[in-house]
Amino acid sequence: MTSKLNLDFDRVEAARRSAHAVALQTQTFIDKHTTVAVERTILRLLGVDGVDRFERPLPNIVVDQIRSGGGLAEGVCFWVGNAMCATGKSAQEVAEAVSQGALDIMHLPVASQEKISKTITKEAIAATERIRARRLEREALLDRLGEGKKPYLYVIVATGNIYEDVLQAKAAAKQGADIIAVIRTTAQSLLDYVPFGPTTEGFGGTYATQENFKIMRSALDEVGEEVGRYIRLCNYCSGLCMPEIAAMGAIERLDVMLNDALYGILFRDINMQRTLVDQFFSRVINGFAGIIINTGEDNYLTTSDAIEEAHTVLASQLINEQFALLAGLPEKQMGLGHAFEMNPETEDGFLMEVAQAQMAREIFPDAPLKYMPPTKYMTGNIFRGHVQDAMFNVASIMTGQSIQLLGMLTEAIHTPLLQDRALSIENAKYIFNNMRHFGDEIEFKSGGRIQKRAQQVLDDAADLLLEIEQIGIMSTIEQGKFAGVTRTMTGGKGLEGVVEKGKHYFNPFLELMLGGESR
Amino acid sequence: MSSDNTVDLKHIKPYGDTLGDGVMQFSFTLPVPCGEESKEAARQLLLKMGIEEPQVVHAQDLGVGYTLFVMYGKSTHTVDYTKIEVPKVDSEVMEKEEVEAYLAENFDRDIVIVGGCTGTDAHTVGIDAIMNMKGYDGHYGLERYKGIKAYNLGAQVPNEEMLAMAIERNADAIIISQIVTQKDVHIANMKALIELIESEGLRDKLVVCAGGPRISHELAKELGYDAGFGTGTYAEDVASFIAQALVKRGAR
Repeated sequence: MTSKLNLDFDRVEAARRSAHAVALQTQTFIDKHTTVAVERTILRLLGVDGVDRFERPLPNIVVDQIRSGGGLAEGVCFWVGNAMCATGKSAQEVAEAVSQGALDIMHLPVASQEKISKTITKEAIAATERIRARRLEREALLDRLGEGKKPYLYVIVATGNIYEDVLQAKAAAKQGADIIAVIRTTAQSLLDYVPFGPTTEGFGGTYATQENFKIMRSALDEVGEEVGRYIRLCNYCSGLCMPEIAAMGAIERLDVMLNDALYGILFRDINMQRTLVDQFFSRVINGFAGIIINTGEDNYLTTSDAIEEAHTVLASQLINEQFALLAGLPEKQMGLGHAFEMNPETEDGFLMEVAQAQMAREIFPDAPLKYMPPTKYMTGNIFRGHVQDAMFNVASIMTGQSIQLLGMLTEAIHTPLLQDRALSIENAKYIFNNMRHFGDEIEFKSGGRIQKRAQQVLDDAADLLLEIEQIGIMSTIEQGKFAGVTRTMTGGKGLEGVVEKGKHYFNPFLELMLGGESR
Repeated sequence: MSSDNTVDLKHIKPYGDTLGDGVMQFSFTLPVPCGEESKEAARQLLLKMGIEEPQVVHAQDLGVGYTLFVMYGKSTHTVDYTKIEVPKVDSEVMEKEEVEAYLAENFDRDIVIVGGCTGTDAHTVGIDAIMNMKGYDGHYGLERYKGIKAYNLGAQVPNEEMLAMAIERNADAIIISQIVTQKDVHIANMKALIELIESEGLRDKLVVCAGGPRISHELAKELGYDAGFGTGTYAEDVASFIAQALVKRGAR
């Protein structure tokens, strides 16, 4: 590919090598550990679902019994597999018996590792096949119905009530949206369990539950038939239940998941050991299920300055890319994030935005880049805000972005009203259609402002990655190099749920999914 | 209608292009399909609101049998501007350097401010704009002020933790940001913090302020805060208030 920015691709390769080394160092740690969330995820994949009469999810009850019995290091496959051998019950029946106090899986005769492994692996293969079937179902629907042109129009619904969300999502699809993201209620990322059933009460968003996923999936399939276009569904695979949400999403055929390797550490103060282990398994699942992940680099720019910290976005994109590759997630499913967040009062600010967006496009040619709208400098002046969103749309179509999270003229005021979403879709459709091939027609002046800016950001990112390679990702975060946020190895929420794997530990899903067809 | 350019402050109404014309613009959605009936419904709604000559200039189907309207009309209502009273933060706003000089003059130590987004709120853009070194829009944040030690605890800080940190750091002031206000979630949360501070007997010691796009000084006062700051607030507004409030209380 010829670079419009005259980027030094040797420099890009050097940066990528650094990021790869960083990811490899971290993977050594990840491979040795498991977490309560990873174990609950395995149970969900094995078909364990439901709650007891106190609304406690069965996967939590089983993992809690194993943990308080001191057996977490051996993992649920060992303990539940053993219980299945001893009782002849299914994983779900074992979980139900545990939740009723009728079974203590920590005090059963221990079967041979071979027998346990055989029992679990059989179930794991069946579970993996169910997810494969959902993936094939998506591919068939995409073949039959087709999809919107890129950049996909991505809008959020956030009413707190899944049934109200359905109404808004259907309206958005009819207006032209391609991806509907159901924002989660504000506190969910810090819950160490996934709520159950359909929900109608949330603040600033709706609980991610498997039933809510199912309700929205079915609504979008329905409206997809009406509009003759496959409508993708997005949710949030982050927080303390990151891999569990991935499993639920894979089972319910979600298409897109917010899924950043570092976001929870930096912005939700979740313990870094916990997040690094959790993100790996969540990405293995997302990769196998054909789900496009979206990374959260845009968040750096809401806390730090978008002009000064632009290189941290690129550095993080490269790290996210390498973590994702290690988890078997191919480039075509890597919705690496960035954002249009520079102060609009900046002279030639638009030139720098274009430089950043074009640079991301050239460095990640196969990634479905996720472009985030202005939020930090949206003021409440909705008329000006609509123009800022238009500028954002222009930058996107000029530089070939893939997923456009549409800006709302009422950003900074309230969660979008029905009409706000309609206006923003109209804005994007107008600009994308009217400027469809503009990017193919233009080149940037050699040695001009746009080229120089991109080259500078690349240089700074490569330097930063070299530094991170030397000190490791954990020290980098401890020193506050991303988003100016400092976190420690043992600080933050959820550390108590991390444990080193024991000698009986096994997780057949890693092999089944990593050896899958996603590559 | 006035025949000259003198505004009648006892009876003000919106200005379109002629004084006293009362022209207003509206946009809203009605949950009925786009058509002559819904346009008439929209006109009747404006009439009921006291808007004369309502005109539908745009009506658009939103895909689910609901309709977006853009309308213009003329207000029949007026407001007596001479009787308006709005509670305001009653301290002088100083520039950063002036705040620093004021602090140096009145304190022989750094004053301590802890802040964060309390409750379930995960949106730190407001508290970051006020507290972080960089600040916002060219206005440096509290972390950059000489004479202030600022601790930004970030997102989703439980009220208990906020207060515990204030005690641990021997804070002079607590500032909280509330961005998510859907279903009034911020009201209960803001009240809870004040009650907690009172139950620890620290209300007189601490200056407590709240900020956010839906927070007014009036609301904050009503909930027991010393001040509330809305949109357009910069670090110097908050710093000026806290510094002067502390001096008024005799803090040294």
